[in-house]
Amino acid sequence: MEIFVQQVINGLTAGSVYALVALGYTMVYGIIQLINFAHGEVVMIGGMVALTVITTLVGMGLPLPPIVLVLAGILAAIPICMALGYLLERAAYRPLRHAPRLAPLITAIGMSMVLQQVALLIWGRDPKAFPQIMENKSFIIAGASITSVQIAIILMSVLIMATLTWFVYRTRFGIAIRATAENVNVAALMGVDANRTIAATFVIGAGLAAVAGVMYGTYYGITHYTMGFMLGLKAFSAAVLGGIGNLAGAMLGGILLGLVEALGAGYIGEFTDLCRWPLVDGLLVERCANGGHVVLFGSNYQDVFAFMVLILVLVFRPSGLLGERVSERA
Amino acid sequence: MSMSTKKWIGLALVALALLALPLVLTSVGTAWVRITNLAILFVFLALGLNIVVGMAGLLDLGYIAFFAVGAYVYALLASPHFGLHLPFWVILPLGALFAGMAGAILGAPTLRLRGDYLAIVTLGFGEIVRIFLNNLSQPFNITNGPKGITRIDGLNIAGMDFVNTHTLFGIPFTGPAKYYYVLLILLLLVIVVNLRLQKSRIGRAWVAIREDELAAKAAGINTRNMKLLAFAMGATFGGIAGGMFSAMQGFVSPESFILHESILVLAMVVLGGMGNVWGVIAGAMLLSFVPELLRYTVDPVQQMLFGKLLIDPEVLRMLIFGGALVLTMRFRPAGLWPESRHKLEMSENRS
Repeated sequence: MEIFVQQVINGLTAGSVYALVALGYTMVYGIIQLINFAHGEVVMIGGMVALTVITTLVGMGLPLPPIVLVLAGILAAIPICMALGYLLERAAYRPLRHAPRLAPLITAIGMSMVLQQVALLIWGRDPKAFPQIMENKSFIIAGASITSVQIAIILMSVLIMATLTWFVYRTRFGIAIRATAENVNVAALMGVDANRTIAATFVIGAGLAAVAGVMYGTYYGITHYTMGFMLGLKAFSAAVLGGIGNLAGAMLGGILLGLVEALGAGYIGEFTDLCRWPLVDGLLVERCANGGHVVLFGSNYQDVFAFMVLILVLVFRPSGLLGERVSERA
Repeated sequence: MSMSTKKWIGLALVALALLALPLVLTSVGTAWVRITNLAILFVFLALGLNIVVGMAGLLDLGYIAFFAVGAYVYALLASPHFGLHLPFWVILPLGALFAGMAGAILGAPTLRLRGDYLAIVTLGFGEIVRIFLNNLSQPFNITNGPKGITRIDGLNIAGMDFVNTHTLFGIPFTGPAKYYYVLLILLLLVIVVNLRLQKSRIGRAWVAIREDELAAKAAGINTRNMKLLAFAMGATFGGIAGGMFSAMQGFVSPESFILHESILVLAMVVLGGMGNVWGVIAGAMLLSFVPELLRYTVDPVQQMLFGKLLIDPEVLRMLIFGGALVLTMRFRPAGLWPESRHKLEMSENRS
């Protein structure tokens, strides 16, 4: 039971980060049906920028409380990532808006690779330790511990998601975004500036990505120039799970994926321990003796879960949990 | 002189140049023969991927996984790891078969998906294969994990091994040079198969699916089977290339089968011209040799100008590949040497 609660807490934390990143994918996909492969890289750049800012501030020895330092990191990362998001849209995707579907997708892959290499040039090849300046208090709930960083991450993403929902559903600009997603041409006829709206979704997504990058760095204590790839893939899986193009879906998908992954990693070792199964146990008497274990798949297969979820969803319910049915026409 | 005589003389000259190439390169350095061999392997891969992406229009981002399957089948069946030493003419086809099967297994559930979803699922599949290769050393050691498999048997044809230098007619043939000739023969075969495929009923069906799947279906093409066939066929080429890679390198590890490699092959296909066999070959050659040439030119220049390496060649290589993808799509979306039909499609304004 303790393991269960612990994994739920861990899953919720990771899921909150996935949800923020998934929102970026889903907004862009919703409006121009593009999988923005480079989105994961924007998250990575966000983490890296924050790391640089925080390390520099710490190095200057200013008597600032840790929370201010982290906020400074986030506030530096957000505008830089937003600029990057705008640049991506403007320079790479906009010229291809009317090209066949494959073209912008290939461009996105290329941009993702270029961004990774640029990050490598700036921040180096080795993983960088994210400064652990936040005092990390642990609280005990039902035998499992939850740290203050975890609480902060979960609360912050809930707050951000609530703000975003308000923005998209209650403001003029949000209406413009939804109208453009519905039908670009008609929205344009109604006086919506399509280019500006599309650029705005990229910028908003990138801002969320920046926050997610800092969260990731703070939570896992490490940033690396390749970290955006796996994170991006998982977040995309989350977006598909929830129903791509659907905001609530991305949030739900992110949290669910985090939970599936954490619980999967927590229990898969136990389930695939061949010594648990009487039939196989007989064949492995020696290795199972004295409480030995023959674990077929350990928690090092954690990363596989996201893809399994992705493939299963796409095969059995391609529209996702909350998504509406999308046309099959490519 | 008639046209056809001219053509034959031209062909003979090309053949002669290809035959003499390793001998010339050996005099520059054996390293260049190795580089050429790897380039030929990449041509294999690019041609295989071209079937999937170029002809059938299915964006496969996990293509390197099939290369990995071929490489590991070879490595496991011809190395001290399991103590098996089967001859290559058994394992190479076996690797191709396994890779083809892997392609069909991946294809079966995913081919109903829309193009961009397919891309991301194949990408995920590629990662799954790599994660398994990395972890299948516990509890039973199958792949030896990240350490990879070493001391893989090289080729051995009619008692002639591919390690030592043999002298024939007074000309020394080094190991890499011998591999070059084997690869050249295989490459010819692959090219012929590809050219025939392109013009065949199957090839035309693929193009029809790429252009308009609904219309293709309406015209009586079994789109699902055809797409599966494209996947399996492309994967088979990957498997053969993988087997040759194992034999040539004598060592495989999951490190060689990362996503970057899939994207690299994709860049070759895209830059060369999706769907056009000669374009793809040229693209693969270009992107294989340019980074190597840069390695030998940019490094010294950097050393001279700045006294140190600012951009190491590996980063430069990746920047070139990423940049090639972006710039090709922006300025020449049908590739440098486009297929005539594709040129039409890519210039058409569709929303």
